[in-house]
Amino acid sequence: MAVITAEPQQPDLREAKGWRRTKNRIMTILMVVSFILVIIPLGFVLFTVIAKGASVISWSFLTSGPIPGIVAPAGVGGMGPAVLGTIEITALAAVMAVPLGILGAVYLNEYGGKNWLAAFIGFMSDVMTGVPSIIMGLFIFTIWVLHFGLSGLAGAFALGCLMLPIVIRSTYEMLRLVPNSLREGSYALGATKSRVTVTVVLPAALGGIVSGALLAVARAAGETAPLLFCIGAASEVNKNVFSGANTALPSQIFANANQPYVGAQDRGWGAALTLIALCFILMIVARLVTARFARYSR
Amino acid sequence: MENPEQNSLADLQAIPESAPRQKVRLPEPAALREPEQADVGTGAPVFELKDVSIYYSSFRAVTNVSLTIYKHQITAFIGPSGCGKTTVLRTLNRMNDLIAGARVEGEVRYHGEALYGKDVSPIAVRRRIGMVFQKPNPFPKSIYDNVAYGPRINGIRGKSELNEIVERSLRQAALWDEVKNRLGASGLSLSGGQAQRLCIARTLAVEPDVVLMDEPASALDPIATGAIEDLMQEIKNQYTIVIVTHNMQQATRVSDRTAFFSVLVNPESDTRTGTLVEYNQTDRLFGDPQDDRTKAYVTGRMG
Repeated sequence: MAVITAEPQQPDLREAKGWRRTKNRIMTILMVVSFILVIIPLGFVLFTVIAKGASVISWSFLTSGPIPGIVAPAGVGGMGPAVLGTIEITALAAVMAVPLGILGAVYLNEYGGKNWLAAFIGFMSDVMTGVPSIIMGLFIFTIWVLHFGLSGLAGAFALGCLMLPIVIRSTYEMLRLVPNSLREGSYALGATKSRVTVTVVLPAALGGIVSGALLAVARAAGETAPLLFCIGAASEVNKNVFSGANTALPSQIFANANQPYVGAQDRGWGAALTLIALCFILMIVARLVTARFARYSR
Repeated sequence: MENPEQNSLADLQAIPESAPRQKVRLPEPAALREPEQADVGTGAPVFELKDVSIYYSSFRAVTNVSLTIYKHQITAFIGPSGCGKTTVLRTLNRMNDLIAGARVEGEVRYHGEALYGKDVSPIAVRRRIGMVFQKPNPFPKSIYDNVAYGPRINGIRGKSELNEIVERSLRQAALWDEVKNRLGASGLSLSGGQAQRLCIARTLAVEPDVVLMDEPASALDPIATGAIEDLMQEIKNQYTIVIVTHNMQQATRVSDRTAFFSVLVNPESDTRTGTLVEYNQTDRLFGDPQDDRTKAYVTGRMG
């Protein structure tokens, strides 16, 4: 017969001691350290750019032209042509890549299923994500710029090629998260597939789709390499994004920052701060818009 | 729009409106019928299934189902898990078409028309045969837009007409009083029972001929369940209802007829296939089950 040993024990509700607790502590510390490590360079970048660029920024720096030569002292001319060029080229790239990317992702997730075409497109878009941006620039240079000359449009093509796979991938992941029960609910009311997609699936995924598209836009807005081949280096405002050399903020940062002249370096910092601010404003606006559309998803 | 049968929205091939309206006596020996049950089995057949088997790719999920579902009755499907009752239910409005590899063999007739016929559009079928799912699945839209969704995709745009439909459907689903002051609120802000009634209202808004319910109350508390059961009784003179339930008390409370499904285990391949064991008027199926498996199940000795 087994002997019943224990008198009823007080339950020990304190945190377990030993290896388990140590492990827990180590992991917590690791996470905090990782967070700090991530935050330091981010904060440092922001701090440096603001510290060095803020003094240059003025209304005329943002809006007026022409862009002065590299030897000009600080305070002469402005980045107006580059600000306009960045906005035009990035917007044009987004207009081309975002709808195409979203439609592509809709095909992959809603229509393609497991067929070979969908698998092939999905695979190629993943491959495309890994293509270095300078290769995209070279590609557009070869097939477009050599025939039609430098233009903002060529830059938009290159940036669009960069954005496309990011938009496809992020949208695809968002569509996959839409619960199937919503699709079935719509089908059960006699909706066609296109109707289900447009009225239920896309609205349900809208917030994530917008976030993904924004990441792609922000990444493209900061690309320098593809623009070098495609848009040239105009110093005057070129309002026609479809023809003639243009310029953009990343190109100006690149052109000014590697100069020995203080005025040029200051303009480089100013352009950097302007670019960051543009992306930031874009993010905020898009968040507000999305929050308005997605108010029923809570 | 007053009679679901005349729902002009569907372009399902001409459904013979006259023939099935004759009263059909059920093929049952009169001697077995107790007097108070005599009236239950009348009405035109809505669905007729003959030797139906359902496959997912090569796997046979359900086999050998033959039954007739009658107009303006509540028909319950009961049985243990994995017996194929939901699969059969989803066959009735071609929801299984959405699953790759799903295939139906045998004959499924809807008002005499072959439901899986060559020219039949599943979209048209589903406009007439609505479905309420096990888990409430309101769309991430406002309460109003949830209910107006079906009418809108059927081309109804008029504001006053939509208002009318929304109010009527929400009233039918016994939800109107709770939400009438916040029709603009998100459908996802409702509690589970309210959300399920919203889904029922959404289904009723397109005035279907048949409402299929897949365990509509399994996620709800007894009060919400009671509300939905009452609601089924109220709408059954306008709609034909088929309900899958795990809850035998629910089947006895709400249904006119009950089909008991069970599982056949194939010991060689270790696969399970659902089949229809017994189908009868509800009080007869529970009161005097003919098959031993039914008897064991309804008396609680199995499943």
